[in-house]
Order: sequence, then structure tokens, then C-alpha cells
Amino acid sequence: MADLNTLGLAEARDLLRKGETTSVELTEACLKAIDAADVLNAFVHKTPEIAMERARAADARLQAGDAPAMCGLPIGMKDLFCTEGVPSQAASRILDGFRPEYESTVSANLRDAGAVMLGKLNMDEFAMGSSNETSAYGNAINPWRRDGDDTALTPGGSSGGSAAAVAADLCLAATGTDTGGSIRQPAALTGTVGIKPTYGRCSRWGIIAFASSLDQAGPMTKSVRDAAIMLGAMCSHDPKDSTSADLAVPDFESLLSGDIRGKTIGIPREYRVEGMPAEIEKLWNDGTEMLKAAGAKVVDISLPHTKYALPAYYVIAPAEASSNLARYDGVRYGHRAKLAQGDGITEMYEKTRAEGFGDEVQRRVMVGTYVLSAGFYDAYYNRARKVRTLIKRDFEQAFAAGVDAILTPATPSAAFGLGEMTEADPVQMYLLDVFTVTVNLAGLPGITVPTGRDAQGLPLGLQLIGRPWEEADLLNTALALESAAGFVAKPARWW
Amino acid sequence: MSIDESTAARVAKLARIRVEPEALPELAEDFNRILGFIEQLNEVDVEGVEPMTSVTPMRLKRREDQVDDGGHAAQVLSNAPDAREGFFAVPKVVE
Amino acid sequence: MLDLTYEAPKVKTIAGAKHDWELVIGMEVHAQVSSRAKLFSSASTKFGAEPNSNVSFVDAAMPGMLPVINEFCVDQAVRTGLGLKAAINLNSAFDRKNYFYPDQPAGYQISQLYHPIVGEGEVLVEMGEGIARRVRIERIHLEQDAGKSIHDMDPTMSFVDLNRAGVALMEIVSRPDIRGADEAAAYITKLRQILRYLGTCDGNMQNGNLRADVNVSVCLPGQYEKYLESGDFSHLGTRCEIKNMNSMRFIQQAIDYEARRQIAIVEGGGTVDQETRGFDPDTGETRTQRSKEEAHDYRYFPDPDLLPLEIEQAWVDDIAASLPELPDEKKARFMTGFGLSDYDASVLTAEVEAAGYFEQAAEGRDGKLAANWIINELYGRLKKDETQLADSPVSPAQIGQIVDLIKSDAISGKIAKDVFEICYTSGRDPEEIVETEGMKQVTDTGAIETAVDEIIAANPAQVEKAKQNPKLAGWFVGQVMKATGGKANPKAVNDIVSAKLGL
Repeated sequence: MADLNTLGLAEARDLLRKGETTSVELTEACLKAIDAADVLNAFVHKTPEIAMERARAADARLQAGDAPAMCGLPIGMKDLFCTEGVPSQAASRILDGFRPEYESTVSANLRDAGAVMLGKLNMDEFAMGSSNETSAYGNAINPWRRDGDDTALTPGGSSGGSAAAVAADLCLAATGTDTGGSIRQPAALTGTVGIKPTYGRCSRWGIIAFASSLDQAGPMTKSVRDAAIMLGAMCSHDPKDSTSADLAVPDFESLLSGDIRGKTIGIPREYRVEGMPAEIEKLWNDGTEMLKAAGAKVVDISLPHTKYALPAYYVIAPAEASSNLARYDGVRYGHRAKLAQGDGITEMYEKTRAEGFGDEVQRRVMVGTYVLSAGFYDAYYNRARKVRTLIKRDFEQAFAAGVDAILTPATPSAAFGLGEMTEADPVQMYLLDVFTVTVNLAGLPGITVPTGRDAQGLPLGLQLIGRPWEEADLLNTALALESAAGFVAKPARWW
Repeated sequence: MSIDESTAARVAKLARIRVEPEALPELAEDFNRILGFIEQLNEVDVEGVEPMTSVTPMRLKRREDQVDDGGHAAQVLSNAPDAREGFFAVPKVVE
Repeated sequence: MLDLTYEAPKVKTIAGAKHDWELVIGMEVHAQVSSRAKLFSSASTKFGAEPNSNVSFVDAAMPGMLPVINEFCVDQAVRTGLGLKAAINLNSAFDRKNYFYPDQPAGYQISQLYHPIVGEGEVLVEMGEGIARRVRIERIHLEQDAGKSIHDMDPTMSFVDLNRAGVALMEIVSRPDIRGADEAAAYITKLRQILRYLGTCDGNMQNGNLRADVNVSVCLPGQYEKYLESGDFSHLGTRCEIKNMNSMRFIQQAIDYEARRQIAIVEGGGTVDQETRGFDPDTGETRTQRSKEEAHDYRYFPDPDLLPLEIEQAWVDDIAASLPELPDEKKARFMTGFGLSDYDASVLTAEVEAAGYFEQAAEGRDGKLAANWIINELYGRLKKDETQLADSPVSPAQIGQIVDLIKSDAISGKIAKDVFEICYTSGRDPEEIVETEGMKQVTDTGAIETAVDEIIAANPAQVEKAKQNPKLAGWFVGQVMKATGGKANPKAVNDIVSAKLGL
């Protein structure tokens, strides 16, 4: 048997149910792998006691034949999820020492489904970033390296710790959140699978907010099947979240067949962006052929407002963030700056927030403040909301014309070296989300699947975008793509 | 649209983030890059388009008028940097 | 229903050094919604709890917490709108008003700027018999209250209690139709009365459950009419907003002060700055609250944690069908149905409890008499004891019995007062008191004649004097009343004495 930590959710579950291993064994294997991988800086708060306690409880349930979907399966938790009694600080100094007195709905769902939490995972501060370089914990490192080159690469962001941990087999799967691509982009850069469900599928209650109208949680896994299993455990209707959908959650795994004959796949011409690297172009064409070969009909489609998705996103997300992050004021929790003689409340706010927020968060909070300020609201925020309507309409028209899913590249390139982008201006970094933000703006489900490697051996992924609430169908198409691509590579262990 | 240092300073003030004067030029430059990028939105014809209010339309959830929360002051205060006598303490607010 | 007609009151002018001036006042009244739980959380709204005990993680704006609206508060806002004869907006939405303050935990207040739940309505403010000001309501929106900062517990620190944070408020915004300090007080009184009738706000000003921001400006006579005609505010003077007033007396003082201050500025050749001012009850003056910080920029935008609030017409109709009779209608009905005077009807409809009390007492009886007994005797007695009507030892049914006893000539008005006092102190029923204590008035003329005969026979000298001077007949009446323990019907005694003395 392979090392237990290298298993996926489905395999491990099957072994557990057959009695061929135990949750304690699985958990110990993961904890050992985590301790040996500190250099990746993926796990930033380890919770071995909680993990072992839950593993033992899971084993008892398994023995009693009362095992829910994720029973005994060790996973990592993005630091954005509030977990009761466990540090939860969104990779920000401003939440230093914050231990919530409550458990987020999604992490509670996973816990109730028997999952074993191994610890909290690195991420970009407040999920603002595409390379995990804005974290107060320092960079997370991609376990993948270019062939014959030991440059440290980004695992992507913001769920960089989750992606690195799953790719390096430190856990069987991990939670992520996705506001503009924060699940799908790092999944693509680490050869893992990541799905962002339809906005409203997963409760946002207890997840530290970045941009409320865009944030969604989702799983990051080693396979499409695992994504189906874990997504089912994460989703629920939550009366505590006004935007959570009151819809039944299908049994995603049981709906997986890999049969996509007769399905229509749209290829949006606007995603063929200027300067797209040839290997991304090829990856996309290969994916298209794979789906065709699997029996799908492929059609060219147009999503004419695609170009405006990023600028709209960079109005809406910072605007919402500027307001969502106003609560970090040093009054009720987290960091409070040391004050000088005579400092009043305003100085406390300003010093606390200057010390507590990193550069990128400060930048976005201030941009958001600006676009909402008197005289600019209509020109920026309202206009961006109108453009958002148009972007969503583009997709609705494509779906209305019979398209079942849309295939696009996941990222404009493979993982880049840490620090390579920090010298560039902020906009260059924002462009990394070009293929993923549209999906958040339209509230749609999107999944990335690894389908190839670049010339230097780094993983590359494709994205599939589905109809709202039809994650089951989307996962099924993703399974077909995964099977056809047969991506099995793993990063060579160097850590 | 060009953001000068005084606008950058005003925005920082509104956002309650202390920015040292020497950092203002770079901040203003960042703003200008980002806003320049955002300006692309002006190319879009949005005549007659409704701004999006909710990405997945549904009826706003309601709760009943029932008290089943609160009564846990200790938990509310447990993470406070400075709590005294059941209150959050902050530097004196001058009205 | 009778629709009473009213004339608008004359606008009082204020004499400046150079001109006469008129006041123009608009008000934003914050009324706390009567609900058990807060607007967006399930924590209690109860007043006076231990600090931070009525606080949910949502109210404390803990990371990841989300609002879910309390449907009852929406119901109450709609009810209030209907009570103010206002348009109900089936589509409204919540916006965030962003500003930093320690008692505003999220750094924003959830309010309704762009799409309030209630649109235009009106309040009829009576300023005397047949005289009333019609004050137009511009809008009512729902919003969260803030917490409370306490500044006097420590020399260097302020202490924050979030019990109040998130409690539902209705902000009721009037047009600038109020034309004097007395009208302002009358407006608040009337609004409070309506809210209490509706049961949507308890109107407790002392606890801050009803408070007002008062916008005051002055203009020359004639200017206001130009504004009304055109809707153009430039015809009016620059206004100042006096914040957070929770006393009727202070509101009037503040307006009076502000009027004098603004007139002095304008007549002195200066201009009034549009600003927020606070009232200092110790000095009776208002002063600027322009803090060190720059002008507010609230950066309102739709709250992305909430969807638009859509309500159904049928739901609004159900609320409309369940509205109680409101003060104006009730007063009109008391005047026409019971024949009450304008004054009595006003007094009895001031509080819905009093009106209910009156109606129970007057049911099927002489309403005017019942009103007299409640307003004069009962209120007087309660006042003496510093008691409220709600704690009255005399029930409406007992007042009704007294009215019945008087109307049936069973007791005189004078005896009735004795009966009332016994009833008030013992709680015994008036009918039983009269019966047990033998207080029933004697109307049997035979018995009275016997008594008169006895007194005439016993007092021949008095009889002679009375024959000379008929005014002395009163002495005989008094003697008879004494002999009968005051129970004889005074009119019957009079008649019989006169007849027997041959006067």
C-alpha cells in the first residue's frame, strides 16, 4: 500500500470502510508528512490534538457502522474559516491571536460529516492575492519545481497553502475559498482539482469575508471524484446566511458517470487573449479534442464582455472589502497598536490598521474606499455592477443557446517564481485572474482539472464553467476530461 | 483621472489607515495604475442596464422575532485587546 | 366616520433687530421598533441589561458573521407606514453607511438610503380646536441602532457596551413643514401617540427609544410659500441639524435658541454654516459638533450580505386590515358618537389605554358623564396618588356603575363622590357600596314628607321666620338631608319643603 497520506478521499474512504486502515493511521501519516514539510509553509497552525481526537471518534463511528460521508478523512482548513478555539486569522497580523468562539458552517458541516481537521492552511492575507505572497505567515511554497531548477515557485493564491498541502500529500484534501479564482488558480498551478460551486451553495457564515457578493467556499482535492465527495459535505442551506440557497444538495458522487455524450461544450473566443502562450493554447485545444472524443459537441461561443470582467472585479471586490474590513479596528478582537501619549481613538484606528494590514490589503481597502466615495459611486461602483449584469447575461445567453459547459484555460501560465511578480505593478498580478473572475461575477460554478504540463514539467489546468446549481453535471464533464487527460504526475519530493 | 498625493492622503484618512507622508507618492501612483485599469469600464455601453443586486436571485431570508442568542458577554469579550468591567475599553472618545 | 376639518395654524413670526423671521423645521425621528430580538440578530432588545450581555457575535461584528433580517421588524415598519397614511414600497433594499466609531462594531450601519421601505405619508398635528398642521412625511426606513460609549467611567478611556447595537430603528423623516418650537413638540407628541396606538414603538423618550434630529432654519415671511410652490430649498435659509434630542422640553429650548442664533448671524451680515450641532441642557445653548475629522463621506452602497427586500401586496393588505383605529379617527368618533367636546376627546384619546378605558366605561351609557368622571374624578385622584391609569384601582366597569347610579337617580352627584372614594380605596363595586352602606337616595315622597313634617313640627319658630323670608327654606332642606343621611333626593326635598311651608 502506498503511503496513506498520498491517498485521495475516495480511496481512503473505501479502505476505511473495508477495515483495511483506520482514521488514526491516516491521520498519523498526514501529521508526519506535515511535520516533514514545514519548508512548504502550507500548514500555519497545526492541530494534532484535535485531529487525533476526531480520528479516534471517527474510528469508533466506522466500527459502529455509522460513518458519514467524510468519516475519518484527514483534511486541511484554509485559515479564512473560523474554527472554534483554533487561531483563525485570514493570514493577517490584524487578527493576531484571534480564536473564534464559533465554528463556520462549512467547517462544522465537514466536522459533522466526520472529517478530521489537521490544521489551518496558509493563504494570501484576507484572500487578496494570486500567489500567496501577501500572507502574514510568509510565502507558501509550491511542491512542484521546474525540471532541473530549484527556484521556489508560487502555489498560486489565495488558497496557496491548501493547494500546496494537497499537492504535497500533506492531507487528503483541503478547503479553499474563491472570490476571483482563489480555488481554481492555485489548483491549476499545483496539479490538483478545485471547484468553486454556484454562489449560494456553500454558506459564508463564519468564513472571514473578503467580497461578500463573490466569495464562495469549495474543496481542493486530488481528483474530480474527491471533489464531488467533499463538495457534497460542505454544501448546505444555512438560515444564518441570507445569500445561502434553499436548495437540496444532490449526491454529487453518485451522479458521476463520466458519460458526456450529447453534451454541448462552448469554447469562448474572447478567452483567446492577446499574447497567450502557445502551450496554453495547445492545452486548451487538446482539452477540446478530448471532450469531443468523449462524445461531446463542441461549439464556438462569444462572451463579449469578458474583457471587462477584471476591471469590474477590481471595483466591486475592493469596494466590498473596504467595508467588510472596517471591523478590524482594534476594539473587539485582534491586534491593537501600542499608542503614544495623547493618542486618541482616531490614532488607534489608523495605527492599528496600518500595522495590522499588509500592503496589498491596504491598497485594496483604499481603492475600495475611493471608488465608493462621494462623487465616484456612480462612475465606478454602479457602472461596475451594470457591467456585471452584462457579464452574467453573456453566460445566460450561451446557456440558453444550449451550451452545457464552457471550457477555458485556468491560468495564463504555469506557476511562476516567488518574487517574480512582486516587482511588477499590482495590475500585472491582477491579470493572473483573467480566466477565473468572470465565473465569480456571474455566480457560476467553475472547476479546474489538471490536464497537462508545460515545457518545464509544471502542471497546467483547464477550467470548466457550468450552469448555475448544476455542479453535478459540471463534475461529470470534469470527470470525463480528467479521465481523458490522465494526469497522474506528482511533484518529486525535495522537501 | 489622476490621483494626487492629497487625494491619496484623504482616502487613507477615510479608510483609517496611517500612511506616512513619504509613502504617499507611491500610493498615489498605485492608485493611478489601478484606476487607469478600471477606466476601461467607460468603454462599455451600460445604457438601460440594471446594476446587479444579487448574483443568484432569490427571496431574502427572514428570521422570526425570537431571542435565542446573546447572554454570553464573556465570549463576546474573550478576544478583546482591552476589556474592563464587562465593557470594551478604547482610548477616550472626545465628542 | 366624520372627517374633522382643520385650518392651518398661523405661523408665529420672530422679531429680529431688523426684520420679522419665520422658522422652518424638519425632523428625523428615530423610533425603536418594539420587537423582542434585534433587526439582524436574535439577541434581545431588552433595556438595562448587564453590559454586552444582549450581544450576539453578529452584533459584535465578529469575523464571518452575517445579518439575517427579523421579519417582525419589517412588519412593524410597514404598519407604521400605513398608520402614517404612507406609500409602502414593495421593493426596498439595505445599504451600508460606512463610518468608524467604537460603538459601531462593523464600521458600518445597515440602513436604507436608496430604497426605503416606506415612502410619502403625513401626520396631522393639532394646535388647538379646529387648527392643525399637516406635516408631510418624506420616508421611513429601517436601520440598526449603534451601541453606547460611556465616557465618564475612566479618565483616559471610553467604555463600549454593544447591548443596543443592532436594535431596529425606524427613521421617520419629515418634510420641513413644522413652523415653530411648539409645533415641533406637538409633532413629536402626535407621532409618539400614533406609534403607541400602532404598537410599533413604545415611545419611551427617557430610555432613548424615541429621539429626534431637528433641522432648523429661518427665513423671511413669504419665502416658505415660494419653497412650497417650487420645491426649491434655496428659498429657505441654511439649516443646522441638532442631533439626538430625547426630551420635548429640550427640543423646544434648542429650537428657540437656534432661531435666535441664526437670526443674529444673518442680520449681522453673516451666513449660517450648514452643520451638525448639539444641545447643552445645562446652558440651554446649541453648539457646533464639527469634530476634528474631515467632513463625513459615508460611502453608502447596497449591503452585499443581503438581497433586496421584496414584500407582497397581500402581506401589506393583511397588515392594513389589522391596523387599530388611529387617534384622529378615534377622536372624531368620540366627538360624534359620544358627544364629547374637542378637549375631552383629545384628553381621552391621548393614550390608547385611556381611550380603551373610556370606551369600556361608556359602553351603552352617557359618554359625556363617563368622560367627566374619568377626566375629573379619576384622573384627579390618580394624580394625587402619582399613579397611572394602568394601575387604577377603579375599573372601567366600576366607573360605568357610578354613571348608571347617577343616571338612574339612585345616588346624587355628591354621594357619587363618596361612593367613588370608597371604591377607589377598597376596590368594592359601587353598586354593592350603595346597597350595603344604604347610600341609595330616597325618592319615595312619602318618606320625605314624613321627615319634613317632623322637622316642621319640631321647629315652629323657624317656620314663622321662613314664611317671612322664603330664603330660609334652605335650612329645612338641610335638616331633612341631615335626617335622611343625605340620601334624600335634593330636588324632591326642595319641592316638598316649599309646598309644606306654603312658599
